[in-house]
Parts: sequence; C-alpha cells; structure tokens
Amino acid sequence: MSNVPVHEWTLLEAARKVREKEISSRELTGAILARIEALDPKVHAYITVLPEAAAAQAAACDEEQAKGALRGPFHGVPIGLKDIFCTRGVRTTCGSRILRDFLPPYDACVTEKVLAAGAVVPGKHNMDEFAMGSSTETSFFGATRNPWDVSRIPGGSSGGTAAAVAAAMCFAGVGTDTGGSIRQPASLCGVVGVKPTYGRVSRYGMIAFASSLDQGGPITRTVADAAALLGVIAGYDRRDSTCVDIPVPDYLAAVERPVKGLRVGLPKEYYGGDGLSPEVRAAVEKALKALTDQGAVVVEVSLPHTEYALSTYYLIAPAEASSNLARYDGVRYGHRAEGASGLIEMMSRTRAEGFGDEVKRRIMIGTYALSAGYYDAFYGKAQKVRTLIRGDFAKAFEAADVLLTPTAPTPAFRLGEKTGDPLTMYLSDIYTIPCNLAGIPGISVPCGFSTEGLPIGAQLLSKSFREETLFTAAGAIERALPSRRVAPLEG
Amino acid sequence: MAITREEVLHVARLARLALPEAEAERLRGQLSAILDYVKQLDRLDTRDVVPTSHAVETGTPFRDDVVEPFGDREALLANAPDRQNDCFRVPRIIED
Amino acid sequence: MAFETVIGLEVHAQLSTRSKIFCACSTAFGASPNENTCPVCTGMPGVLPVLNRKAVECAIRTALATSCAVQPRSVFARKNYFYPDLPKAYQISQYELPIALGGHVDIEVDGGTKRIGITRIHMEEDAGKLVHEGEFAGAQASLADLNRCSVPLMEIVSEPDMRTPEEGGAYLRRLHDILVYLGVCDGNMEEGSFRCDANVSVRPVGQAAFGTKVELKNMNSYRNVEKALEHEIRRQVELIEDGGEVVQETRLWDVNAGVTVSMRRKEEAHDYRYFPDPDLLPLIVDESWVEELRATLPEMPAEKIARLGAQYGIPRYDAGILASTRALADFFEASAAIYGGNPKTTANECVHWKDAVLAGTLSPETIAHAVEDRERGTISATASKKLVELVLSTGKPFRTLRDEQGLTQVSDTSALDILVDKVLAASPKEVEGYRAGKAGLLSFFVGQVMKESRGKANPKMVQEVLKKKLVP
Repeated sequence: MSNVPVHEWTLLEAARKVREKEISSRELTGAILARIEALDPKVHAYITVLPEAAAAQAAACDEEQAKGALRGPFHGVPIGLKDIFCTRGVRTTCGSRILRDFLPPYDACVTEKVLAAGAVVPGKHNMDEFAMGSSTETSFFGATRNPWDVSRIPGGSSGGTAAAVAAAMCFAGVGTDTGGSIRQPASLCGVVGVKPTYGRVSRYGMIAFASSLDQGGPITRTVADAAALLGVIAGYDRRDSTCVDIPVPDYLAAVERPVKGLRVGLPKEYYGGDGLSPEVRAAVEKALKALTDQGAVVVEVSLPHTEYALSTYYLIAPAEASSNLARYDGVRYGHRAEGASGLIEMMSRTRAEGFGDEVKRRIMIGTYALSAGYYDAFYGKAQKVRTLIRGDFAKAFEAADVLLTPTAPTPAFRLGEKTGDPLTMYLSDIYTIPCNLAGIPGISVPCGFSTEGLPIGAQLLSKSFREETLFTAAGAIERALPSRRVAPLEG
Repeated sequence: MAITREEVLHVARLARLALPEAEAERLRGQLSAILDYVKQLDRLDTRDVVPTSHAVETGTPFRDDVVEPFGDREALLANAPDRQNDCFRVPRIIED
Repeated sequence: MAFETVIGLEVHAQLSTRSKIFCACSTAFGASPNENTCPVCTGMPGVLPVLNRKAVECAIRTALATSCAVQPRSVFARKNYFYPDLPKAYQISQYELPIALGGHVDIEVDGGTKRIGITRIHMEEDAGKLVHEGEFAGAQASLADLNRCSVPLMEIVSEPDMRTPEEGGAYLRRLHDILVYLGVCDGNMEEGSFRCDANVSVRPVGQAAFGTKVELKNMNSYRNVEKALEHEIRRQVELIEDGGEVVQETRLWDVNAGVTVSMRRKEEAHDYRYFPDPDLLPLIVDESWVEELRATLPEMPAEKIARLGAQYGIPRYDAGILASTRALADFFEASAAIYGGNPKTTANECVHWKDAVLAGTLSPETIAHAVEDRERGTISATASKKLVELVLSTGKPFRTLRDEQGLTQVSDTSALDILVDKVLAASPKEVEGYRAGKAGLLSFFVGQVMKESRGKANPKMVQEVLKKKLVP
C-alpha cells in the first residue's frame, strides 16, 4: 500500500482502485471534496462546487458497483469540468456575469461522455470570461491562483481546471483551447494538457468563443491519464457538423511506444525571440535530450509565417466571437439590465453590464474586422494568412513526425503583471496560437522547473488526427523527466 | 492606424454595447494599438491565396427530415428574464 | 415624358419539410407559443446547427425546375443583426455562394410568352414572430414566439425583367405553381409560407441606366402585389414629373389606405457583417445527387399546358386553368382516360366541379360517366348536373343514381316519333302557324313534347324529329 495520499493518485490509479474495490467512490469523492473545501479558498479553481450532487453520484456509483455494474472506465472517479461545458440543471457561467445564473436545459456532449464513463463531477472550474484570456484574471468570479505560487496566475483560459488538477482538487479535468487555453495553463501549473485536432471532440454544448478554433481537451497529471481521458471524450457526434467521423484509436497504447527513429522538428522561429526566457529554453532542451537519448532524431524545420500568427488569431477569433456572443442580448436567458425604456437600450446596457473589459474589447475588434469596408482588409486578409500558416505546418510535417517547442515563453507571471496592456497579455500565446489556426493537435508536458520553483512545459505538435504520436513523444519525455505533479500546497 | 471616436461609437452601436465616454476613449486607444499591430499582415502578398473559410475540408453533414421534439418548453423558458403567455417579453422597440 | 417601369421580385418560400432546417423541431403550423422549440433554434449557449437534407433537396429541385445552375459548392453565411425574434442575433443564410444561379421562368402575357430571369436561389432560416402589446408604435412591450425560428426558407431573386404589374403578378403565379407542383412549398401567401417583396424603379423610355429603386414590402396577395406596384409606379412617375427625386428606401404597402408608406424608421444602413458560418461546412452537391433529383421532377406547368392542349385538343385557356393545380390536371387526365370522347366537355366539368375534385369527394369515373352519357344523349345537361350533386351528397355511383332517379332521357327515335306525332296531332292550329312561317312555335312544340315525356325526352333530338315532321 503506497504512501501516496488518495487525492494525489493519478486518474488511472484512482479508477483502478475503485474498480478493484480498494476504495469506494464515496471515499474517493469525499477526499476530493474535503480537499476542495480546504484549498479552494486559497486557489479559487472552482466557480461552483457540487458537494451534495457529487456525494449522491458517488453513492449511486457504489450501489451500482455492488450489483456488479460499472458504468465505464472512470466509474466513481471525480473529474471536473471547465465552466464552459453545459451541465443540465447545474449553473454554467462561462466565467461571466452575463450567465451567472444560467441553468442549461441540456448537457454538453463532453458532459454526457464524462458521465457515461462513470465519473463524478465535483464542480465547475473557473475560467477567463468566455475563454478570452491567458491568466484566468478576467473571470467575473475572481482570479484563480497558481497552486505552485498563489501570488501568480495559473494561466488561462482553463486556469481553474489546470489549478484544480495541480492542486489535486480533482483527478482530471476537461478544459478548452482556442489559442492555447489548455496547453498554456497546463504548462504553468506543471500538469499535462492536450488540445486535440479540430473536429476530434464534439463542440455541442461547449459555449462558443471562436467556432473554427475551439476544442475541448483533457488536463491531467500524467500523459497516460490524458490519453485515457481523450479516448473517452473524443468521437463523432452528429449534433456538431464540424465533428469528424474518424474512429478513436487506443491512445493509451501509444504512451509506452518507443520513440526510436521519431523525427523531432524544431521550428527555428520558436526559439529565436527575446521574449523566450532562458530557463524555459533550457528546460525544453532537456525535453529534447530526453527524446534524442531514446533514439529520436532532430530535424530543423521552418514555419516562416509564425510571426504573423498572433495578428491572424487576433482578427479571426474576435470576429467569430463577436458573432457568437451576440446572442447574449438579455432576451431569453442570462443577465438583463433593469429599467431600460426601450429595446435597444435594454440590449446595450445588458451587454455593457454583463461583459467584462476583455470580452468587450474583443467584441469591438471582431465587429470592426467584419464591418463594411473593412472585411477584406482584416477578416478576409487574416483568413488568407491562416492558409499560409496551415501550409507551413503541412510542409514541416513532411520532414518531421512531431514538432517540439516551448509551450509558454515564461513561467507563471504575477497577478496583475500583464493586465495593463492587452497586447502584452496576448503575447503569452505566441507558441500555442499557430496550432489552433492550423487545426492540428498539441500537448504540453512538464519538463522542468524554474529556479523559483515554477513549472515549465514543453509543447509537442503533430499532424491532424495523429494524437498518438503526441502521446508517444510526451510519454517518453515524462519517463525521462519525472516531476512532481501535485503542487506542495496545504490548506 | 488610429480608429476614430466616431468609429468606436459606430462599432459599439453595431455590437449593442453601451459605452460611457471615458470607456469609449480608453477603448479607442487600446483598439488602435491592436489594429496597428495586426496591420503587419499587409506585408504579405495574399492575392493568390484561398482563404481558410472552414477548419474542416469535407462537406457539411446532413440530418434526415425527422421530427424529434425537445419536449421541455418549461426548461427553455425557465431562464427568461421576463416572460408572459409562454413568450419572451421584451421592452418596446422605439423608433428613433 | 414616357416612362418605363423596371420590376424585380424577391420571393421567400417556406419549405415543406417536417422538421426545421438546422434542428429537429417540428415546422407544423399553429402550435402554441414556443412549443416547437429546442436549445438549438432558441440560440442557447453552446448549440450548433445541423443541415436538413430534405431542405437541400427542395432547393435543388426548385433550381432544376427553373433551369438554374445548381452550384456544386455553396456556403452558409451569418447575417448579423439584433432583434428579439432572432435568437442567435444572426440568421444563417447564404451570401456570396448560394446554392443556385442563373435560371428563368416563362410567363404568359398579352397572348405571348416572356422569359423572366432568376438571378439566384439560396437557403436560409426563418425568424420568429413578435407580437406587440397594443398598437405597434405605442406598445409597451413585445412578446417573442420562436416557433418559426429556423423553419427552412428558400429565397428566389428575379432579374429586374418585369415591366408591368401584370407581369409581376404572372411571374408570381407561375413561380407559385412551380413550387406547389414540386411539393416544396404549400404556397399560401395569406399564411406567410409564400412571401414577396418587390424592387421597383422607373426610367425615361430609352434610358439605359436604371432609375433609383424602391423596395416594397407587406403585400400578402397577388392582387395586393399588383396594386402596390401600380401605386408605387404612379407615385414615382408623379414625383419625377413634379421635379422631385426618388429616394432609395423601403416602403410598406398599406392595404387599407391603398398607398405605399415610407418606413420612416431610422434605417441605420444595416451592416450585416456577413461571413461564412464556421459551425457549418460547405454544402457539397455532386452531379449524381442532382441527376437523382432531376428524375423525380414532375411535368412542370408550362409543359403540361402545352401537352394538354396538344394531346386533348383543348383550348390553351382551359389547359391553363387545369394546370394551375396539379391535382386538377391529374384528375382531368384520369377522367379522360376512362372516357375521352369530348375532352373539352370533360375539362369544363373538371373546372366546374373544381372544389369537389380538390377536396377528393369526386372521382374521375363520375365525371367520365357524366360526360359520356351526355355525349350519347342518354341524359340531358340539366340531369347531369343534378346527378353529380347527388353523387356528392349520397356517395352513390353516378349511373346507379341515374337509373334510380329515372333520369335517362329518351333519345330513341321511334319512341320520340310517337310522342311528337301525339303532340302535333293535339295542336293543329300551331302546326299550321309554324308551317305559315312562325318559326318561334318550334319551342312551343318542344315544350309540349317535354311535358308529354315528363321531361325525359332528349330536347335536341326532339327538335330534329319535330323539324322533320313539320316539313310540309
């Protein structure tokens, strides 16, 4: 019997122990709920905690198991959801005042799959408002803290999920990634995060930010956990027209595969800038060495349009967002401004009151980029550059099986450090954004710590629908560079 | 590339965002900075490039023409800020 | 100065699918408010559209029937604006790349045929309904019923090829018939499943450039479309002749006042910020699908009119009436197949009994028997009408009733001879009078014979026999 506390087990360990009746779901869930109660006042990873519902779910799981029925691979195990996934009858806020009391009448596909796998949902994770942000500081419900240093941000927009996983306040979580929002917080919190190929995971019920870029994906403490969780949430869903009907392979089997002969590309544009911290560079080089020590070969590749990716993203994403967020008009659900004398005033004040600054900024940019006379110069232009960026990756993957880059240019920065200037904040995503524009999958895997003890992650990118390659390479890095995955934070 | 105050107000109105004067001015500065930054895309010659209008390259899938009632009108109306006779109630439309 | 009118028409047709275009809610009319809704068509957070194949088929078949080019790749675009009957605050429509381009419809005007071009056909979703508490301008609040949200619509835009309100009406009627023939739309203008907006401008005869066009809305019948166009043309001409200029605007037809009224609402030039909808992929329509659907096209009105005229020798006008409703034309042909001795009479009968035919309470056999019996002289026209009415009220077969009612008329010459001889014998003075030149007395004799036969004699034949016998 190991000395590892219950809450620090990996997802797969926890699932196995429930299955093998070493622990009941009640106990497991109870441990997590206790942990949340003790730590979350400090970390603030959760917007909504569901102690009664989770306890009831756990009890039901135990009863079913007693009768010999297991719902799925994660029977009885607490897995949290970013508050962007609709959960029927449970408030889903998207980190925004405008949805602070919204009760969805339906479950997201991801929610359905997680529940069908038997998981218990202990609560909904904090996030940047409408997934717009890189630090979880734009949440209406207050910022989440990095469990490794509570004066710092956890990254964003899935900062709540990454922090919850890193603080062992759930065994795993599902976040979303539009420009890096799973990978970057995973990197800053020392955990594993995967953005699947666009179209791999259904977006039905996942509140939309930028429709052509959003993807839901796992945040976990190990690569194997991420593979297992992706295996559960991936797959065809006829309710999402952009969800692709391609079989889901056995991702878990890929984790242990050897990397001998694997061609690892190092895009030179990702290693040149002065924004890249030397400590991050050093840690990523260790990850590279871990791969080459195990037989991988290095190739230099170029992604020539990298420097244009941020601009491309900050035109396309806000444009789509400006349209996706127009439905929040106070008519059918959500916040409505009081005392308006007419319809236009009601809508305008509702949205002014309901949205935070970053959301408003992006709605304005997006509306402008689509407006008459500006479409070709902005949105239209960005869609063309996007094609060039996709072309860069296609070419690079002729020479390489996987690309290795830093995930974030620096370790976690302090709260308030970058909120003064939007562009400064946007630069946190320079390494993660291109992958969303190309639709390809990416993973962030821990590869070291800074001298201040802050986690650093390495990013791996592969061709579309080749997540297995990511798990193979990330697994190899993880085996060579084992690291503490639960932050040393006590209540 | 400065965005003018008039443009900010026009865009805000298109987007139904009420903007107090001070906020409009602050936004004007921030938006101008962002738009200045993204202008770098002009350096690229994209005349012969096809835009990526869709992230997936296949055709849109279809549904059969079969009715599947949602069956819970109450749940759909439950979040309404103001409702009457099973309808969503909104303030009058003022023609100005 | 003589003016020429230029008219273009935009028709929005609700497609006859069971479910909505992007979700599985019912499209059935008359549901209670918000009964036919779901998270998708009410624009809840996180929902996504999925395209109804049947709606696409309706659009493709319409394109084929109007000789449009079906586009192998078309794109759904978002049309963004805020309104309480538009839950997502955008309408999913098609903008730069619609499903069909470049067709035409032929109409009959002034005894000739004119070709009206169709610019494009595209698909989109309908919006909901707003009911205003109290009078529109003074309403305190409005109520939104989203049942109609996402009902499939097809927008058909004509070229500005029409030159008179009559041509406009003819185009609308022909387009309507095509859509109903195809079964893609029930074509009910009053209920709103077939809506029309017009664009009308005038220009001095000989000028190549178009005049400023005005958009007309709120016309809910063919007659109203024609009246609105007439009025608007007059208004524009008078305005120009008085030295004024036509303003590009949208005007509403006020059916009570009989005038078009400017929508004085601040038309903030709607900037719809169209862009391809990222939640839907391109609509790919391949050749084989198009050909598969082409094979399902019924004979279209124009072809049917021509064929009925040629095949049955009936006048074009009659063929036109029959062809205006596919079911009526089918009935006619079924009846003519049973008895085809006098198709013109069959056609007349079908038109006369149109309501019963379309209600399905009359069979082709009934009309066939009616026409045949009249042709053979077995019954009179009056008797025929009476018998059909009896068929409708009792449901009994035509000939059964004919015999029960004893309405067979006497056409047998030998029997008539006897009757006529009897009558002539009884009216010697009148016989003399007739032979002396009073031709009008013939009807007296016919009347007498009819009386004698208790109405059963075939009057035409009676006349012939009388004439023969009255020859001195």
